[in-house]
Amino acid sequence: MATYLEFIQQNEERDGVRFSWNVWPSSRLEATRMVVPLACLLTPLKERPDLPPVQYEPVLCSRTTCKAILNPLCQVDYRAKLWACNFCFQRNQFPPAYTGISEVNQPAELMPQFSTIEYVIQRGAQSPLIFLYVVDTCLEEDDLQALKESLQMSLSLLPPDALVGLITFGRMVQVHELSCEGISKSYVFRGTKDLTAKQIQDMLGLTKPAMPMQQSRPGQPQEQPFVSGRFLQPIHKIDMNLTDLLGELQRDPWPVTQGKRPLRSTGVALSIAVGLLEGTFPNTGARIMLFTGGPPTQGPGMVVGDELKVPIRSWHDIEKDNARFMKKATKHYEMLANRTATNGHCIDIYACALDQTGLLEMKCCANLTGGHMVMGDSFNTSLFKQTFQRIFSKDFNGDFRMAFGATLEVKTSRELKVAGAIGPCVSLNVKGPCVSENELGVGGSSQWKICGLDPTSTLGIYFEVVNQHSAPVPQGGRGAVQFVTQYQHSSTQRRIRVTTIARNWADAQSQLKHIEAAFDQEAAAVLMARLGVFRAESEEGPDVLRWLDRQLIRLCQKFGQYNKEDPTSFRLSDSFSLYPQFMFHLRRSPFLQVFNNSPDESSYYRHHFARQDLTQSLIMIQPILYSYSFHGPPEPVLLDSSSILADRILLMDTFFQIVIYLGETIAQWRKAGYQDMPEYENFKHLLQAPLDDAQEILQARFPMPRYINTEHGGSQARFLLSKVNPSQTHNNLYAWGQETGAPILTDDVSLQVFMDHLKKLAVSSAC
Amino acid sequence: MNVNQSAPPVPPFGQPQPVYTGYHQSSYGGQPGSTAPPTAYGAYNGPVPGYQQTPLPGVSRAPPSSEAPPASTAQAPCGQVAYGQFGQGDVQNGPSSTVQMQRFPGSQPFGSVPLAPVVSQPTVLQPYGPPPTSAQVTAQLAGMQISGAVAPALTPVGLGYGPPTSLASASGSFPNSGLYGSYPQGQTPPLSQAQGHLGTQPPQRSAPPQASSFTSPASGGPRMPSMTGPLLPGQGFGGPSVSQPNHVSSPPPQALPPGTQMTGPPGPPPPMHSSQQPGYQLQPNGSFGPARGPQPNYGSPYPGAPTFGSQPGPPQPLPPKRLDPDAIPSPIQVIEDDRNNRGSEPFVTGVRGQVPPLVTTNFLVKDQGNASPRYIRCTSYNIPCTSDMAKQAQVPLAAVIKPLARLPPEEASPYVVDHGESGPLRCNRCKAYMCPFMQFVEGGRRFQCCFCSCINDGMFTFPPQYFQHLDHTGKRVDAYDRPELSLGSYEFLATVDYCKNNKFPSPPAFIFMIDVSYNAIRSGLVRLLCEELKSLLDFLPREGGAEESAIRVGFVTYNKVLHFYNVKSSLAQPQMMVVSDVADMFVPLLDGFLVNVSESRAVITSLLDQIPEMFADTRETETVFAPVIQAGMEALKAAECAGKLFLFHTSLPIAEAPGKLKNRDDRKLINTDKEKTLFQPQTGAYQTLAKECVAQGCCVDLFLFPNQYVDVATLSVVPQLTGGSVYKYACFQVENDQERFLSDLRRDVQKVVGFDAVMRVRTSTGIRAVDFFGAFYMSNTTDVELAGLDGDKTVTVEFKHDDRLNEESGALLQCALLYTSCAGQRRLRIHNLALNCCTQLADLYRNCETDTLINYMAKFAYRGVLNSPVKTVRDTLITQCAQILACYRKNCASPSSAGQLILPECMKLLPVYLNCVLKSDVLQPGAEVTTDDRAYVRQLVTSMDVAETNVFFYPRLLPLTKSPIESATEPPAVRASEERLSNGDIYLLENGLNLFLWVGASVQQGVVQSLFSVSSFSQITSGLSVLPVLDNPLSKKVRGLIDSLRAQRSRYMKLIVVKQEDKLEMLFKHFLVEDKSLSGGASYVDFLCHMHKEIRQLLS
Repeated sequence: MATYLEFIQQNEERDGVRFSWNVWPSSRLEATRMVVPLACLLTPLKERPDLPPVQYEPVLCSRTTCKAILNPLCQVDYRAKLWACNFCFQRNQFPPAYTGISEVNQPAELMPQFSTIEYVIQRGAQSPLIFLYVVDTCLEEDDLQALKESLQMSLSLLPPDALVGLITFGRMVQVHELSCEGISKSYVFRGTKDLTAKQIQDMLGLTKPAMPMQQSRPGQPQEQPFVSGRFLQPIHKIDMNLTDLLGELQRDPWPVTQGKRPLRSTGVALSIAVGLLEGTFPNTGARIMLFTGGPPTQGPGMVVGDELKVPIRSWHDIEKDNARFMKKATKHYEMLANRTATNGHCIDIYACALDQTGLLEMKCCANLTGGHMVMGDSFNTSLFKQTFQRIFSKDFNGDFRMAFGATLEVKTSRELKVAGAIGPCVSLNVKGPCVSENELGVGGSSQWKICGLDPTSTLGIYFEVVNQHSAPVPQGGRGAVQFVTQYQHSSTQRRIRVTTIARNWADAQSQLKHIEAAFDQEAAAVLMARLGVFRAESEEGPDVLRWLDRQLIRLCQKFGQYNKEDPTSFRLSDSFSLYPQFMFHLRRSPFLQVFNNSPDESSYYRHHFARQDLTQSLIMIQPILYSYSFHGPPEPVLLDSSSILADRILLMDTFFQIVIYLGETIAQWRKAGYQDMPEYENFKHLLQAPLDDAQEILQARFPMPRYINTEHGGSQARFLLSKVNPSQTHNNLYAWGQETGAPILTDDVSLQVFMDHLKKLAVSSAC
Repeated sequence: MNVNQSAPPVPPFGQPQPVYTGYHQSSYGGQPGSTAPPTAYGAYNGPVPGYQQTPLPGVSRAPPSSEAPPASTAQAPCGQVAYGQFGQGDVQNGPSSTVQMQRFPGSQPFGSVPLAPVVSQPTVLQPYGPPPTSAQVTAQLAGMQISGAVAPALTPVGLGYGPPTSLASASGSFPNSGLYGSYPQGQTPPLSQAQGHLGTQPPQRSAPPQASSFTSPASGGPRMPSMTGPLLPGQGFGGPSVSQPNHVSSPPPQALPPGTQMTGPPGPPPPMHSSQQPGYQLQPNGSFGPARGPQPNYGSPYPGAPTFGSQPGPPQPLPPKRLDPDAIPSPIQVIEDDRNNRGSEPFVTGVRGQVPPLVTTNFLVKDQGNASPRYIRCTSYNIPCTSDMAKQAQVPLAAVIKPLARLPPEEASPYVVDHGESGPLRCNRCKAYMCPFMQFVEGGRRFQCCFCSCINDGMFTFPPQYFQHLDHTGKRVDAYDRPELSLGSYEFLATVDYCKNNKFPSPPAFIFMIDVSYNAIRSGLVRLLCEELKSLLDFLPREGGAEESAIRVGFVTYNKVLHFYNVKSSLAQPQMMVVSDVADMFVPLLDGFLVNVSESRAVITSLLDQIPEMFADTRETETVFAPVIQAGMEALKAAECAGKLFLFHTSLPIAEAPGKLKNRDDRKLINTDKEKTLFQPQTGAYQTLAKECVAQGCCVDLFLFPNQYVDVATLSVVPQLTGGSVYKYACFQVENDQERFLSDLRRDVQKVVGFDAVMRVRTSTGIRAVDFFGAFYMSNTTDVELAGLDGDKTVTVEFKHDDRLNEESGALLQCALLYTSCAGQRRLRIHNLALNCCTQLADLYRNCETDTLINYMAKFAYRGVLNSPVKTVRDTLITQCAQILACYRKNCASPSSAGQLILPECMKLLPVYLNCVLKSDVLQPGAEVTTDDRAYVRQLVTSMDVAETNVFFYPRLLPLTKSPIESATEPPAVRASEERLSNGDIYLLENGLNLFLWVGASVQQGVVQSLFSVSSFSQITSGLSVLPVLDNPLSKKVRGLIDSLRAQRSRYMKLIVVKQEDKLEMLFKHFLVEDKSLSGGASYVDFLCHMHKEIRQLLS
């Protein structure tokens, strides 16, 4: 453990945990003075090829309020076969199976390298995975065709025993019966009327306990499980049927008159999907996959009317409180999302349209249930096709990279309490001794439900130090946190992953240096950003920015070295040096700025920001810029307008977009066709290099980024120009008088101005 | 007296005479011989009770007789003849046609005997002949008494009026009436009076009564009464005048002897005579009676009555006697007469106020300015000028309109007139359409509306090109080139102004909605239906010579949820779309639901093949109903067209949904104030739904296949209000009911329908259409809205005065029907009818149409049961009938004894028919009649036309083995009474809904063999519904007859073979409407007596 950096990295790799502070201030007061809260980013199912699950069940602390799981931090008395819970200090007997235990014969969970361990639960019936397609038919012909093909393709990717179902919607909602032969049947629902789960089940004929009873008397008991079978069938049984059915899907046949949007009953369709699963497979891993090509235009959850002359709401409308349907629609989808979460199902939204599709209103469906949200221009794009395909990708074990119905429980040592979580989860409202009264993010609980998650799903967990200032540094000097994640693995096994970590306590007054050195500015930036974005969902944008600014200033005041009222004297230590820059870019990011973004886009960006792991989150905050030139291998350069040079090729990764930008000269060369001349093969290679790198990123990322290949002066260059730090603008262009870089036409402040201002404020005694 | 009258009339008829004599003699001879004369009278008297009945026979007999005023004959032969006649009367049924004749004969004989004078009268009468007008039926008794006096009076009177029509016809009708006339008297007798007469007649009666059965045979005797009718009076008169004394005297004496006589005659003579003679007296009388101011005569006759009175005394002892059924007016006879008299020549509609032939008569119509009676029939063709008169007479003024009636191939369907863009020419003020009665004035530049008298300026009302010069009579010279100026019925092409939303309509659609619940599947219905539809779809109605029908079709199946089918031609397989949200029904698809049959044939066939398979294992027993209709309606709405739903439904809709019903059948309610609730819908939801359907032009035809109570009263609300039909097949089983169902279905699907129709009846100033009966919806007081209207549906319209009418100009009716043809063309069909107006009540009574009257009264009563206790409704009917007849008696008939029942010639069947209405299942249910049956019948009758109500209430009973096998014509019907059945014969009975084949217990073995292919009576399967196809003349003839009967009716009648003395016979007997019914319905004779009593009460 040479440096904290290494320590941090190692911890992340082993446990999927990044704390903002890796040495903890020992009292509540000190902790609050640290400005950045004690928090961590947790990736519960981080892929651990080196960690085979153990095939037995965990040993729990016998104290009913604790029930912590035996872990390497526990003190064990091998002779007495006792172990002491490191959270509540309860002494527990080992279960009978552990009689052979000794110092040399330790179970895995006691070994230090197994601070993260996964148990496989053998109990309980295994139920197959369920995929319920909810398909919009109000699409253009080629869009629908492409979607149909994608869906048909997906059938081959599903596990053969998975259950699939199909709901299509347009003006009406059709639930297709998959079991029948010959004539194809579907149940049709009016798209304008919301139904309760009970009604839906009644109407689908799913609530008939009496019926099977009668029938079974003659003797066919095995029919009962298949009550719902008409709508959800094992893929291997109805593969052909469903493929044909999808093939025959027609565009919504109801006429759409000039000047109207097609009537799209997304709200009801989702409601029916939710109701269907709710009645048939509660608490079983299931994905509802909504494919929509436009905004809901009727019924509950409608986002915009069918008159084309009335455009869909914009941020401007929302600020003016002029979005008629937004509140009602949001409420509808929230209700659905909560129900879905309760049932342990998740909802994916695949929205492909040139205009907005109502993601703003529907976002909670994906956000609260851990579903995916994908936004594209058309189903007939590789962006959608590959993203969709990637959902069904498999890991090194050949298992799907998806898990369902997870419950995350957090246990803390006495000096700590859990204040909340931010991520694709809902609170389970489990009050316990380790739940803080102060909430950060979704709080008030020590357990959260994550209905759908994958190996990269990451939650921000926020803690509060409750140790009194007067109290001594806790005994043993270490605080511990245990994360217990129970989930349904894609192989349908129930599993429990337990991660137990510990960090040193430090007295903030005497050991501030330690604490400072153990600051993880990357994690801190992301955790603060999550808090900011979380606030932005409910607060006005400027307020959030002001809050962020104040936090930054306070942090600088606390950890900067400066002379009062002398900005030039301001210095930050290494462990904080990048933090202000992250904040600068965060302020400019689409997560907090809605200008130039539609409400849907904002929702989309925020959705992903709240669930990606640290690396990806950082990319989102501060995109990466690589420069390619004849002068050497590609190198990362400053995300600054000064990096935009005529003889360079730039590759920018913002997570959502991959932009390849050819400098002016390069673009001219290419236009002149040098790359085709054998003597300029090196130029050809230069052109090819960023493409290859981009491909690499594209292959790995979910969702597929938008891939933009542009050049100097190209209209798409705006993606790059809007991201770089505007160190040169039309305002200071001549003042600098340099020809390097490209001026950005913006009034935004540059990083330089920002930093100057920050220093001024930090050293000011006014605040 | 009777004689006199009768005699006179007879002569005209002449021919029969001989017969009569013969008959009379014989008959009389037989019994009366000695008593003969008295008997004759006696007959009358005696008949009294019997009279009522007898007359009929008399009528029928008419044929035999010759002119010889039956009356005279009757009397002269009086006792004898009379009886004889009567006796014959029985038989008469057969001869019916001859009726008149008979009378004559009768008369002649009489004439010959006593009546010279009579004769004279008769002659007079004859001219009047038409007398059909009033069939005065004086009670036979009265007749007897009266006879003397009456005779004279009679002659002059009624007849005079009647005449307008052809004598022949008149005479025909008269005869009947005549009979009645006599009856009336007789009637009295039946009651207390009867006794008096009875005294005389009673004997006969008594005899007969005792052996009621005898009566039939003896009936001859009883028939006497028939004479009584007008005849009687006539006869009586005639008798009186001539031999009155005799008669009179005789009657009394009869009283004593009668008994003997009576008995005597009945026994032997009847059979023989029956065929011929009996009728005479009555008939002639009747005919004459009416014609002649008989009344006066009657007066006298009545006076006679007193005598009776005296007689009565003696008779009283005899009291038990009943009226001779043969002596009272016989529907069979009337029908036969009308057939003979008016069946041969076309009915030309040019003359205003002409009474058309009876609905039972086959006749051709020539449209010369008034609508054919096939389209419009009125209760009276001469209506009172003032409301006071109308109120006094109590005769309902109503028209039964069948706007889209089917015509026989010989008659051309209405011409279509296109007035171009400006649309049909109409009066500016009242909006009446151009018709032959519009008066062009000022050289043709303007026209005066014949309804509201508004002068319409040509400049604004019709385009210049419509102008035409007038000829010297003020008629446009092109009148005969333009249907709207020369015909009673024609059509206009409607312009876009006449269309919904100002858009020309799209072609209509048919949606088949099939119940696939457990019951429907199990009974085999679904399989049968689907199989049938495959071929039936090729026969959707098409317009004119169109290659294929423009109608599109759609399919829905349902139990407690609905299944729609996408049968788009481009699909390889049909697609099923289930809608389970029955609480809030909607149509799940638009494109592919309604398709052209030929384009989507493959998909449709595939669908129809699969439906029975798909639901073969269903366990679903619950059904919905209202949502199904709602769905169909919504589908039509979505497709923006009118159309028709065919619902095939099996059970009470108890599934949770709008329109859910519960079983509320409760027989305990019958005869209570709450009975009406059985006819009312359970919930208002269906009315609301129906209203929506009407607005969309969605007509609903309902086929019910219930195994138990389904609440027809509620389920039929929508069909009823949308102009649809209801068909009910209780306990449907494919083997037994397949033919009936399929045949109904075929007919229903193929029939031409007008959609989204609005009908309006305009009238001359003075009267106004105030009430409407039928299957339709009305949102205001004038427009009849019909989502669908086919050629079987009628609308009965009642008129009331709101001002004076003018004798000169008469009263005009114009019925305009705006509808969408089955090819989607918007049209207006116009029917015009001009009626006479009168200031004399006698004119009214002389131009009435009893069949139409009954149609109206039945509909009125059947609607009444919705709101009043059934008893009240029945009483109302009886009271109204009594008032009508009393008014006649008071104002039109010659003064006569109160003991005499005098019926107007035209209404002499009113009592018998009314009794049938009163006895019908709706108004007096038998123990075996279910609530559903009653509701079903109630709604059926609501849209029946006159011909249908006629046969429905008074079934046709056809003897199959009486006439020679070779005869190609339909055998003559006999009266619907058990007495008319002989156990050696086979009979067919039909009433438009039911068809029975009754087999007598001692039918010849050969007949059994050739008809049923079994060797003996006992081997015939009771309840058999199909006759074996055998290659022998009898079998062929019977089967041919059955087929032709079925062809005449709008619904397929399932055959039921009933064996005498078998338990099924109970069912059969229910239709013998002249007999007392098990449920308490009065026999014809009893009812006539009762009616007479009522009348007498009113008069006193």
